[in-house]
Amino acid sequence: MSTRTIRGEKNLQDITTAHPDGIGGSPLRPDGTLKVKGEFAYSSDLWHEDMLWGMALRSPHAHAKILSIDISEALTQPGVYAVMTHDDIPGSKLYGLEVVDQPAIATGKVRYHGEAVAIIAADHPETARRALAKIKVEYEVLPPITTEEQCLDPETYGYVHSPEEYKAHASGNIVHQQKVVSGLGVTDEVRALADVVVVGDYEVGMQDQAFLGPESGLAVPAEDGGIDLYIATQWLHVDRQQIAPVLGLPENKVRLTLAGVGGAFGGREDLSMQIHACLLAQRTGKPVKIVYSREESFFGHVHRHPAKMRYEHGATRDGKLVYMDARIVLDGGAYASASPAVVGNASSLSVGPYEIPNVNVLAVALYSNNPSCGAMRGFGAVQACFAYESQLDKLAAELGMDPVELRQLNAVSQGSYLPTGQMIDAPAPVAELLQKVKDLPLPQPLDLANLDIRELPGALSNTSHGEGIVRGVGYAVGLKNVGFSEGFDDYSTARVRLEVIGGEPVAMVHTAMAEVGQGGVTVHGQIARTELGVERVTIHPANTEVGSAGSTSASRQTYMTGGAVKLAAEAVRNELFNLGRSRYGWTYNDLSLVGGKVVSASAGVLISMVDLLGDHAIDLTREHHHRPTVPFDKETGQGFGHVQYTFCAHRAVVDVDIELGLVKVVELAAAQDVGKALNPLSVIGQIQGGSTQGLGLAVMEEIITRDGKVRNPSFTDYLIPTILDTPPQPVEIMELADPHAPYGLRGVGEAPTLSSTPAIVSAIRAATGLALMRVPVRPEHITGT
Amino acid sequence: MEFLRPATWDEALAAKAENPSAVPISGGTDVMVELNFDRHRPAALIDLNRITELTEWQSGTYEGQEGEVVRLGSAVPYARITKELSGPLQGLAIAGNTVGSPQIRNRGSVGGNLGGASPAGDAHPALLAAGRDVFVEAASVRGTRLIAIDDFYVGVKRNSLEPDELIRAIRIPVADGPQQFSKIGTRNAMVIAVCAFGFALHPKNGTVGTGIGSAAPTPRRAVEAEEFLAGELASRNLWNSGGLIGPAAIQRFGELVSAAASPIDDVRGTAAYRRHSLAVMARRTLTWTWNEYTQSLRSAA
Amino acid sequence: MRVTFNANGREVEADDVWEGESLLFMLRERLGLPGSKNACEQGECGSCTVYLDGSPVCSCLVAAGQVQDREVRTVEGLADAETGLDPVQQAFIDAGAVQCGFCTPGLLVQTHDLLEREPQPSDSDIREALSGNLCRCTGYEKIMDAVRLASARKCHTSEVSQ
Repeated sequence: MSTRTIRGEKNLQDITTAHPDGIGGSPLRPDGTLKVKGEFAYSSDLWHEDMLWGMALRSPHAHAKILSIDISEALTQPGVYAVMTHDDIPGSKLYGLEVVDQPAIATGKVRYHGEAVAIIAADHPETARRALAKIKVEYEVLPPITTEEQCLDPETYGYVHSPEEYKAHASGNIVHQQKVVSGLGVTDEVRALADVVVVGDYEVGMQDQAFLGPESGLAVPAEDGGIDLYIATQWLHVDRQQIAPVLGLPENKVRLTLAGVGGAFGGREDLSMQIHACLLAQRTGKPVKIVYSREESFFGHVHRHPAKMRYEHGATRDGKLVYMDARIVLDGGAYASASPAVVGNASSLSVGPYEIPNVNVLAVALYSNNPSCGAMRGFGAVQACFAYESQLDKLAAELGMDPVELRQLNAVSQGSYLPTGQMIDAPAPVAELLQKVKDLPLPQPLDLANLDIRELPGALSNTSHGEGIVRGVGYAVGLKNVGFSEGFDDYSTARVRLEVIGGEPVAMVHTAMAEVGQGGVTVHGQIARTELGVERVTIHPANTEVGSAGSTSASRQTYMTGGAVKLAAEAVRNELFNLGRSRYGWTYNDLSLVGGKVVSASAGVLISMVDLLGDHAIDLTREHHHRPTVPFDKETGQGFGHVQYTFCAHRAVVDVDIELGLVKVVELAAAQDVGKALNPLSVIGQIQGGSTQGLGLAVMEEIITRDGKVRNPSFTDYLIPTILDTPPQPVEIMELADPHAPYGLRGVGEAPTLSSTPAIVSAIRAATGLALMRVPVRPEHITGT
Repeated sequence: MEFLRPATWDEALAAKAENPSAVPISGGTDVMVELNFDRHRPAALIDLNRITELTEWQSGTYEGQEGEVVRLGSAVPYARITKELSGPLQGLAIAGNTVGSPQIRNRGSVGGNLGGASPAGDAHPALLAAGRDVFVEAASVRGTRLIAIDDFYVGVKRNSLEPDELIRAIRIPVADGPQQFSKIGTRNAMVIAVCAFGFALHPKNGTVGTGIGSAAPTPRRAVEAEEFLAGELASRNLWNSGGLIGPAAIQRFGELVSAAASPIDDVRGTAAYRRHSLAVMARRTLTWTWNEYTQSLRSAA
Repeated sequence: MRVTFNANGREVEADDVWEGESLLFMLRERLGLPGSKNACEQGECGSCTVYLDGSPVCSCLVAAGQVQDREVRTVEGLADAETGLDPVQQAFIDAGAVQCGFCTPGLLVQTHDLLEREPQPSDSDIREALSGNLCRCTGYEKIMDAVRLASARKCHTSEVSQ
């Protein structure tokens, strides 16, 4: 680390807490005190002596050739230290998460509204803004390729990436596609087996992660010619992997440390300002900080793929599902990002948690000049869930069946096969989860005589005093995977150190896990306490000095990095036991660590850890790999592709002002099987947070584009739920252990984002009688105007 | 950029006269957004926070206005209007409580709304509804003139202030009948209006007041709707009898309010939805105020 | 320009302040008080909430020069040097209301103000008071728990001391 002053170091140092609770308890976050005191340094809080401010000039066009860039006037502005374009990039010009197709700075062309065209480093953000305004860019504006029709006909409408530049694994303007065919597929013969058929065309708008902490980081040039980057991100090592080649540096010269992260939800899975800050630091020889404004943030990260889905379900008169045919088209925008994996998810999870003997699915992600889309919590399964759950309601109505009973009748359970041929080899209590939310007592109806308008649709905006309000109830259940899939060897690393400090045994846990708010740092301490019988645990800052912890996404961190911490702690424990065996000749096989002591189940307390360790420190690093998966067959989608499955069910109760089309969610109840709740308080927090993001998608959140241009890049018009929009959220947890997972746990974070949206829309349909095929539901859809 | 901090109103007026392009800032809830987002770089800012009389209000009688009037200092924050003036300025108090967030309401003011003259400003429909005799005190080194509210809005985000004028106060007649305000937004808090409607009954002169927001290039009155309703109430002697207005007349009132708007399609909503919801809000606010009025007649009897 | 004012009980001075800067920027970049956050800089999220002369406001919407000779209190000024964390701060930690924590400082100031004005708010009162503070992680439920917990603790304490 640099010897110069760097502020923000409080959470870049170790955080030590003492607590008796291991896994299963809810000890408080180790970073909680710093956060409530305002002393926890997020990436946007970092400050370094001599630091410059970096900023990017962004394209006002969605699709254009760059004819020329004249930076001469900008360079003359006092306080400007560097102006760079793609010509100044020392290493490779491209990077990318799954496909290396994205220019670090636009090269010859811009493909989306807001693509970075030049970058600047200056002594104050205002200097940078004034200098950016002096950069003259000559564009030849090209017609944007934005609709499905246009994307699928590149000969007529153009290529987003010309065939010579195309880097993905399909062709034309298709980034990726995946088919799933199971049983007899869906043919006319199969269709004839059904008594009832429902078809629907569903649409999910482009949602944004809208994490509160803006994209930001600090790049500090090091004496060895390398760069130290303090960054808010989801995966340190994969960031490094993409950054180093662009800088023309070997990976070991690019050192990343996790700075405080203000939420992520998939939006930090791709690079945002990392390369720009490093390039400017490299060029100027000074530390460079970049902080996006909220407006820039909307342009600076990937969004959730908007989707158009056509689903067809056939069932017998008794309600047994016979077949499902689905065509899912995802708009991936200008660059590939995580589109291939999103397609894999959407296709393999497109059926939902149901047993359907005959399935035919095609899922496709397109290149377009719309904003780039990639990872967002739920990752392809959110879109599919809205479609299949809407279908199930439609089917229930056709059959005259109760919508929950129809779902329970067809629900998967342990031993069921999904259409990819993978058997669910762990508990899958789908029917039970639905029953749990159904059995919850309903909230009280509105007391029209004693109304508090704050509880009505519109609240203080004073749109209703009770007139026109109709209540509706809806249900949904979703299927999500946990972990990275399709053959990716997704491992995590953890280092655990045990030594005596101040007369007490202290465990230190060091991983590269990106804590984005989910509470991983808390759980690591709990695991160390459980496995090592200590109270004091130190969490080391996350950095690239230890091996990769994989991504904080895919609901995988507790499973994978928690699992790695467990392995490393177990190894440390074994070594401690071996120390005792070699020193004291123990022959016990029943040893454990409890309350700071080595204990034999038969012989009792043998020795305190302090006495056994003495001056010795045990410091071991372990990798945790999950059981192998395989890629899905290109044509049939068959393959053991997912590590784990998880399920969540919701019941939504809404009040709708029918005349004005305004919606108030009155209650949103969730039931989820989490395998083992390592920290119940955190688990419930994750479920409520995910459910709320689903609420946002249901009734208010959408990035609105026209001809590829973003029309609402601000919190004024991209609305996320406030506390007056969110309801009470009772949560029921089931803990049915997954035998393949550490502690039997199941990843938690994403499943709630799936079923929350369709449950709310289902409730609105119940209140209004409207079909509502698109989310977010807008007032105009309800009033028909 | 200069930052000017006049200590008195006279100093403020002098500063504005010397720097006509200077932007006055009080609560900052609009001006700072423009600055933070690099939309505007005025040569100077004039901070009005030191001028305490702008945050005071008085009630009294004034020439050219009938009855008691509240002279509302232009920088009285909305939170205080809601807390201190919900009786005399009923409609404006309700409107003020829909502005932004609690934090914004601690700083934002009617003067700010008027200065910005955005068609989406929450105060405007309530000011229009409060009566044709609402006056904006526009002051300059040349003196003070009173601008009738109907003459204040001249275009999208344009008002009729001269470059050297600042708003000292707004003179609003005390409510002589029930007033309401309703705002449509796609979220339950912190929304810019998709459209808004202010309404007031004025039994003292047998008229009604309306104000439409976010559905035209400027805030505007629904003149035909006002005349229709006033005619109905008079011809059927409803002011005195407190009888039912009836669904036909309420419906007609809503239609006329809707027809008075000139809404557009934008990211927040469609023109069709705006017309539709204005009609609904017109009917509801009329119903609420008329119920309140008839109840007060009955309890007075 | 130079701005001098009272921040968290101490006289502070910031030099070379650009006239168009916000109070938020000045606190964070010039005065070593980065506790207030910059999630939107347009008054739409509440993450920058501070007390200005005892009233909670969005500091991103206050021009730096406007606080000359006035009193500002930020999240960094809630804890007491002797007695430690304010009950609101402790309640947020205890109730699990802190996930990523970016919204937390603004919520703490706003909650602190709510409980000063209304020691025992109803759920609707709480929601109304906090309607200007966005949170993306928690779904607000644990935040509601934290406010109720802080209220209960503060009222109990005052009863005991009687």
